[in-house]
Amino acid sequence: MAEGTLKQFIERRNFLNWFLGTTAGAFVFSVLYPLSRYLTPPPVAESTARSVTLSLKPKEVKANSGQIFRFGSQPGILVRTQTGELKAFSAACTHLACIVQYRSDISHIWCACHNGHFDLNGKNIEGPPPKALEEYAVNVRADQIVVSKKV
Amino acid sequence: MDMENRSPEHGKLWLWLDERIGLKDLEKLARKKEVPVHQHTIWYYFGGMTLFLFIIQVLSGILLLLYYRPSATEAYESIQFLMTEVQFGWLIRSIHAWSANLMIVAMFIHLFSALLLKAYRSPRELTWLSGGGLMGLSLAFGFTGYLLPWNELSFFATRVGTEIPGVLPVIGSFTRRFLRGGNDVTGATLTRFYGIHVAILPAIVTIVLGLHLFLVQKHGMSRPPSAEREGEPKRVMPFMPNFLLRDLVGWLCALGVLAALAAYYPAELGKKADPFQPAPIGIKPEWYFMAMFQTLKLIPSHILGIEGELLGVLGFGAVGAVLILMPFVDRRAAAGRPGRFPAVFGIALILYSILLTYLGYTMSPTK
Repeated sequence: MAEGTLKQFIERRNFLNWFLGTTAGAFVFSVLYPLSRYLTPPPVAESTARSVTLSLKPKEVKANSGQIFRFGSQPGILVRTQTGELKAFSAACTHLACIVQYRSDISHIWCACHNGHFDLNGKNIEGPPPKALEEYAVNVRADQIVVSKKV
Repeated sequence: MDMENRSPEHGKLWLWLDERIGLKDLEKLARKKEVPVHQHTIWYYFGGMTLFLFIIQVLSGILLLLYYRPSATEAYESIQFLMTEVQFGWLIRSIHAWSANLMIVAMFIHLFSALLLKAYRSPRELTWLSGGGLMGLSLAFGFTGYLLPWNELSFFATRVGTEIPGVLPVIGSFTRRFLRGGNDVTGATLTRFYGIHVAILPAIVTIVLGLHLFLVQKHGMSRPPSAEREGEPKRVMPFMPNFLLRDLVGWLCALGVLAALAAYYPAELGKKADPFQPAPIGIKPEWYFMAMFQTLKLIPSHILGIEGELLGVLGFGAVGAVLILMPFVDRRAAAGRPGRFPAVFGIALILYSILLTYLGYTMSPTK
């Protein structure tokens, strides 16, 4: 093979290799792309409700107690303080999202998973939680409790 | 046919099979395999023990599949049915649950003995890495399997466990959604974990375990440096049958322990998961996640302005990375020189895990 032909041959081989590589790459991509999209869960319409009317009557919530309620798909916690005030917060702990509970013995909102404490303004006061619980507005209208987002 | 093939120890069937699949080569391979004998030989048994318990997991898991129904409305009830109505259903499930725990114990003993005896040295780096991969897969098996009964404990363990990668920057929220099959732990998570537990993980384990066993077979068992330096003649025992028979004794003991645990302490089912109930007091994960769980509990909310949980998660990642990459971190062993780092690291890790696990089980859950 003359030098020129050899050079030409190598160039052609490079071109063909590049072509094959691109095809292989495109093939792999065409398999992996749908696969990765398939594995990613589709977005489910989140409840966009800004307020919820609870099935509880105000009289049923005793002073110094708390209860979990549904705020759309998320858990919320309704607390009646010792002074009789009703308060509501997101019940998902800001640490690792366990569901919090009201502890009447210390009058704190408390997370059993990692021992996080929140005061009755939702502020994180002890343990690992890094942020306060989101507070909701509570309105009592006649015999109904309506909880709504503040912002 | 040559003289060797006509020896009285092989029957006609053996010869027939040999002509078709080459049993003689396999026999030669098995006879050639030797196991080093020294003061630390006992630690060699724990790899095989892990494998034995894994086989029990596969068999008992297949049996559980016949009754289990992977949906949020039926999972708990199907296991309740299995435990109360199906004959010996309680036994099969208890064996699956206990064997999982014993397998993790055997695996950790195998891991730390290989670490302390520096079995990861050249040319066994890939054996070590594949073992690290198997450890990750085993923990993933434990984590995904824990959710399947869909009870209160498993629900919250999964909520926390899938929230943990969620604290990582950039990839966090995607990873969490990906693991949960949605934004929250729901029936979609259960179905996803089920598929991972019974199909995806077994498929990957088959490949990685195959590689691990092939490498163990290829390189033979590692003789620890401490046994090498003594200058004594290198003693060995044949794998077939000496080591294998000793292995069998160990497996029989493990089976005895397993049967006793399953019979006297059957697996519990607890209360059905309710996504709108507070986490129960005294909630805890499987014991092998307890040290990490307790660390997250004790870590303050902020350290130097960074969220404590993020530091915790990065810390676990760093320790895991050093452990898995030990063949490349321990340059002294790679160069054939003695060094204390793996021993100090390994023992510190063992002591830390024991201490935190102890605290996890003894500290009052409400204080």
